[in-house]
Amino acid sequence: MKTLLMIAWRNVWRNKLRSSIVIASVVLGIWSGLFIMAMVSGMNDQRLSSFINTNLSHIQIHNAGFQENFDKKDTIIGSNTLLKEIDTMSHVTAYTKRLVLQGMASTAHGNYGVKIMGIFPDKEKNVTDISEKLVQGTYLYKLKRNPIIIGEKLANKLGVKVNSKVVLNFQDSNNNTVSTGFRVEGIFKTINSSFDEENVFVKYDDLAPLVSLSGKYHEIAILCDNITETETVENQIKTNNSVESWDQLSPELGYAQEAMSNFIYIFMGIILLALAFGIVNTMLMAVLERKREIGMLLSVGMDKRKVFTMIILETLFLAFIAALLGVLLSIWTIEYFGRNGINLSAVAKGLESLGMGARVFTKLPFAMYVDITLMTLSVALIAAIIPARRALKLNPAEAVKAI
Amino acid sequence: MNVIKTENLTKVYNEGKGNEVRALKGVSLAVEKGEFTAIVGPSGSGKSTMLNIIGGLDKPNSGEVLVDKTDIIGMKENELINFRLQNIGFVFQAYNLIPVLNAKENVGFIMLLQHKSKEEIDNRVESLLKSVGLESQASKRPNEMSGGQQQRIAVARALASKPKFVLADEPTANLDSKSTSDLLDIMEQLNEKEGITFVFSTHDQRVIDRAHRIITLEDGKIINDTTKLS
Repeated sequence: MKTLLMIAWRNVWRNKLRSSIVIASVVLGIWSGLFIMAMVSGMNDQRLSSFINTNLSHIQIHNAGFQENFDKKDTIIGSNTLLKEIDTMSHVTAYTKRLVLQGMASTAHGNYGVKIMGIFPDKEKNVTDISEKLVQGTYLYKLKRNPIIIGEKLANKLGVKVNSKVVLNFQDSNNNTVSTGFRVEGIFKTINSSFDEENVFVKYDDLAPLVSLSGKYHEIAILCDNITETETVENQIKTNNSVESWDQLSPELGYAQEAMSNFIYIFMGIILLALAFGIVNTMLMAVLERKREIGMLLSVGMDKRKVFTMIILETLFLAFIAALLGVLLSIWTIEYFGRNGINLSAVAKGLESLGMGARVFTKLPFAMYVDITLMTLSVALIAAIIPARRALKLNPAEAVKAI
Repeated sequence: MNVIKTENLTKVYNEGKGNEVRALKGVSLAVEKGEFTAIVGPSGSGKSTMLNIIGGLDKPNSGEVLVDKTDIIGMKENELINFRLQNIGFVFQAYNLIPVLNAKENVGFIMLLQHKSKEEIDNRVESLLKSVGLESQASKRPNEMSGGQQQRIAVARALASKPKFVLADEPTANLDSKSTSDLLDIMEQLNEKEGITFVFSTHDQRVIDRAHRIITLEDGKIINDTTKLS
């Protein structure tokens, strides 16, 4: 075996140019595949983080009926006991309570449907990052009475600035229409323009009396110390209310993550399939060019199994070098752009409407590199079978005289 | 003692087709141990077919081939491959050395296939390189050597496995006069001093002149078999 390994290794380098071209093509194939996947994965991750950090958090608790019909009366049952329990749970970094109403924001410029979030600014700050996304104004602590913060997109539509007045229309718990003026204290801008357009934040203490729901909450949002702990915390919460994780609250995010993983393998499979044809072609040429030598090996007594193994080893060496270089190049570039990001401001508008930032930070799980390396070697192994079988079909008596 | 014995060998290519060729028509011959034999004849006379069948690289349509009393015709492919490895040395017209191995590795390669120890390989390779006069070229690769040197390495390789005989198919066809003469000197010495049996197929007069026995084939039949008096 040692001899076969040595000969196979040296055979790889007997035509340096050809081997280098094959290696380069496999390296580029792997790199382009992994890099594109890292971009998509980074965008997806950014979208997920954005959804979790600006609104969803990892877990939300609602009255079981609330999510179905948004009835204001469906507030959380036993919220005080529940909050005490949550306080004692490990892996819970922070939590907050909210009132959530559907309503209308109006100015002289128009009326737009919005989700009104009655929040505790200090607690909310620990769970979501709206306070860090302000592009104008301050975060619900400056104005004493009825401050509101709204998204930039909605502000533009309503034609308001900081200190402008916005009227919110909604129904109280008795279904009476309430119309109250709020003054814009801050304007935020997240990477998700749809979110900016559809959500406004007011103080719980201002909103609760208006809807006769003081001491009641529609929503508890919990942030875990790690997204992977979501299920653990979710299982610890024992309540008659509905407890949902981020991927249940927003299933499309979970599907996107899952689809992404599958898509990577399909995409790489297609790239590797194309590369396999290149490998077959190169190794077939290598075998046909060496007919005389292979004929000699078969004549002098090298058994066919060894000749077959030799061709397979040559292909695997080529593929291994290429996979190693391809993966190293990918790790380096993905790491670099993971730190510095790729500026996609030219298509920022489109990305923001999908909840993604204009600067994409590449990211790929390490296991993916291992899988892709193994996939490359497997494809090369399969591709090597055709030339190796061709070598075995040579008639040694004729092959030794081949020109 | 016969090291090679054939009985009524026939070989037909493309049997039953329009382009049928009868390469051998009942050839019987016996080669004694230590002979220095040339099989000669014009192109298409059946020399190479004869050598291929004796070397176990091809099978006859009928007849018998005994190598050191072992019938090789009935052997399975893997048995035959191993038999060739242990019993037969080959020298080819185009040398057919492995380009990625140096002279020493090319000679020792066959012994590696025989699973010999490193020490045994080193000793034998050194001795063989010396006997073909190329001990100073041990680390050179084939492309760094002349055609004559390459063919001498091929002879050393053929002998490395300690075969019962060496089959050389047109070994001098690609060599100039000086290289041919040097090669024949070496093979003759190995034959005389170590009793190695050589069977050549050739139409090179320089080889024919040096051969001790000349078997002439024509149209698939032996038409002459002459042993020179020493």
